Amino acid sequence: MIPAARNYLVFLRRCARIAFVGDWRYYLWMGVLSLICLLGLNAYARQFAEGLAVTGMSDEVSWGVYIANFTFLVGVAAAAVMMVIPVYIYDNEELHDLVIFGELLAVAAIIMCLAFVTVDLGRPDRFWHLIPGIGQMNFPNSMLSWDVIVLNGYLLLNVHICGYLLYCRYQGRTPGKWFYIPFVFTAIVWAVSIHTVTAFLYVGLGGRPFWNSSIVGPRFLASAFTAGPAIIILALQVIRNVTHYHITDKALLTLRSIVQVSMLINVFLLINEVFKEFYSGNLHVASSRYLFLGLHGHNALVPWIWTAVALNLIAMVLLVLPLSRSLKFLNVACVLSIVGIWIEKGMGLVIPGFIPTPLGAIVEYTPTLNEALVCFGIWAMGLLLYTIFLRMSVPILQGRLSKANEGISEPGPGGVDMVIPQHHRP
Amino acid sequence: MTRRSFLRTSAVLATGLAAVAASLKPLFEMEDFATAEQFMQKYYKELTPEEMAQVLKRIEAEVEKQYNIRPHVRDLRPMDGVEFVYALNLSRCIGCRKCVHACVAENNQSRNPEIQYIRVLKMPHGTFDLEKGNHTYNSASVPEKGFFYMPVQCQQCHNPPCVKVCPVNATWQEKDGITVIDYDWCIGCRYCEAACPYWARRFNFTKPSIPAERLNPEMAYLGNRPRKQGVMEKCHFCIQRTRDGRYPACLEVCPTGSRKFGNILDPESEISQILRTKRVFMQLKEDVGTNPRFFYYFDV
Repeated sequence: MIPAARNYLVFLRRCARIAFVGDWRYYLWMGVLSLICLLGLNAYARQFAEGLAVTGMSDEVSWGVYIANFTFLVGVAAAAVMMVIPVYIYDNEELHDLVIFGELLAVAAIIMCLAFVTVDLGRPDRFWHLIPGIGQMNFPNSMLSWDVIVLNGYLLLNVHICGYLLYCRYQGRTPGKWFYIPFVFTAIVWAVSIHTVTAFLYVGLGGRPFWNSSIVGPRFLASAFTAGPAIIILALQVIRNVTHYHITDKALLTLRSIVQVSMLINVFLLINEVFKEFYSGNLHVASSRYLFLGLHGHNALVPWIWTAVALNLIAMVLLVLPLSRSLKFLNVACVLSIVGIWIEKGMGLVIPGFIPTPLGAIVEYTPTLNEALVCFGIWAMGLLLYTIFLRMSVPILQGRLSKANEGISEPGPGGVDMVIPQHHRP
Repeated sequence: MTRRSFLRTSAVLATGLAAVAASLKPLFEMEDFATAEQFMQKYYKELTPEEMAQVLKRIEAEVEKQYNIRPHVRDLRPMDGVEFVYALNLSRCIGCRKCVHACVAENNQSRNPEIQYIRVLKMPHGTFDLEKGNHTYNSASVPEKGFFYMPVQCQQCHNPPCVKVCPVNATWQEKDGITVIDYDWCIGCRYCEAACPYWARRFNFTKPSIPAERLNPEMAYLGNRPRKQGVMEKCHFCIQRTRDGRYPACLEVCPTGSRKFGNILDPESEISQILRTKRVFMQLKEDVGTNPRFFYYFDV
């Protein structure tokens, strides 16, 4: 037991160490991200001291960009299954060695989700009231308590799967099937659950007709399976360029067909929703009218949603055309869908639910600078974490960081190993 | 580890720590961090009578320290055989908003920013479409011809969505029908505010401020004791009065007698008689299935 623990500690120490080693591009990237993190931390400290009054939120619009980003990122996290399913169910060869990058993205995304929920709390010091046993968890009544469970469960599942597989690869032994396959299949179902539960958070509110619609859940999944794999397509190309990790174009094109189909379904569901809202013309259309057309002269979200619709449509056309078999156009389509879905599912879903209020008042919402800084800080933290995860996992998967070379060489940047000088060896 | 790498590591660490400390500066300037006692404060329903007595004393001391006034804080429990119901006569209400301000004075709401539990809608004749209501009317005199006025506050639902969604059980319905909030248990997620179909809940977006001379020292734990930054509050039928045999402040101040309140379980009470004899009365947004204990009626 003791040597096993010692081995594991050595593994962790070496992983931690290489997170601080890289070329100038790496240092620049990490330095900029750390700086944005600190700005965000500073903005959050101000919010902690002065209260949520430093945000643009009000009693009328009581959730804003924090919850919008949270909702978007749950989708990104859930989308990791779009790599897991082809690999573990359909035995896709191309994606086999890449699936872990999707799972690591899920880990980073979930941590960002938890951060976004935490900064939205009025009393973060009372988070322990949520912990069963010492606090009070309103389970199964509150969908928020479900969300706490599924998000943390999903985080643990993915941390276990990634951690176990990487440690096995590091030690050069074959992973025991029973130690990860059951978890992988649980995670597939669980991924669908995190996004469904997050949708139900909104759907369950009978007093908010804009959310109280059964199409919200399916739309969440369709947009998640578009934006998530789109992010992975971009991330994989960055990994390929920076680390020379073996990633085939065929793998990227497999992901392209996933984004393609999901985007078609996403736009189809959007058409369904718009038709239902506007054709029948009952009074519950007010929020949708506010979002798409403006209501009584208030139209803050109108330019945003039409931008999102345009981006999604252009992306859809690009994705359907053979043109996007070329990576250049595929990347454009991915960026357009990510931005489009971020607007549509973040601001476009959360804010109109509050406008007009249940008593018919129209109060608009604009995030403040402080609020924006907190958001940027959390995004930077997420990117920082994902970069660190990749910095650790790529050399392990390439075999450059392994038990065999403990004390002999440390993996340097760009696929060049740094041989440790004799007198530095432990 | 060589000396050079040791120095370099230390320099990086020190810079990092200094940067984190600098960015946390607003925290160091904070005056009212939760004390250990406040942080460890137990859930209302788990407090033993002895613990409650101690907590009440502590709250009295805290209020006295802040406002220089010794308050009287009680933990009033629901009475047996009592279920409170409110009824509001829309034919009589003139929209003077006296109830709004009496409520603020009675319930120790923050004055800056001002939190109000009652919202009066000025509605044009012939519609119940709330979107046609005016929330910010500022007429020289009321009532105005062609309009009726509809005050809305917490409807004390039989089936409250706010209670269902609270992740930590910080809000619940009591035996006498009042939905209350444990201000010391609320985590400030505002899910209840999103769930309420009546826009009845109010959040303390910043530290509430009440001029000391305006403080109402007659307080209840689940009622009008001063709230903290970052928690939810709302109308509780003036628990500190009604569980003590008095009327809510909004009712007492109403110059037209539009507001009626009482025990629906007592067939002889005024409220029972109103609901028995008035030909038309209604609940707001009956279609959302909340079944409010707040009724609107007409003089017919």
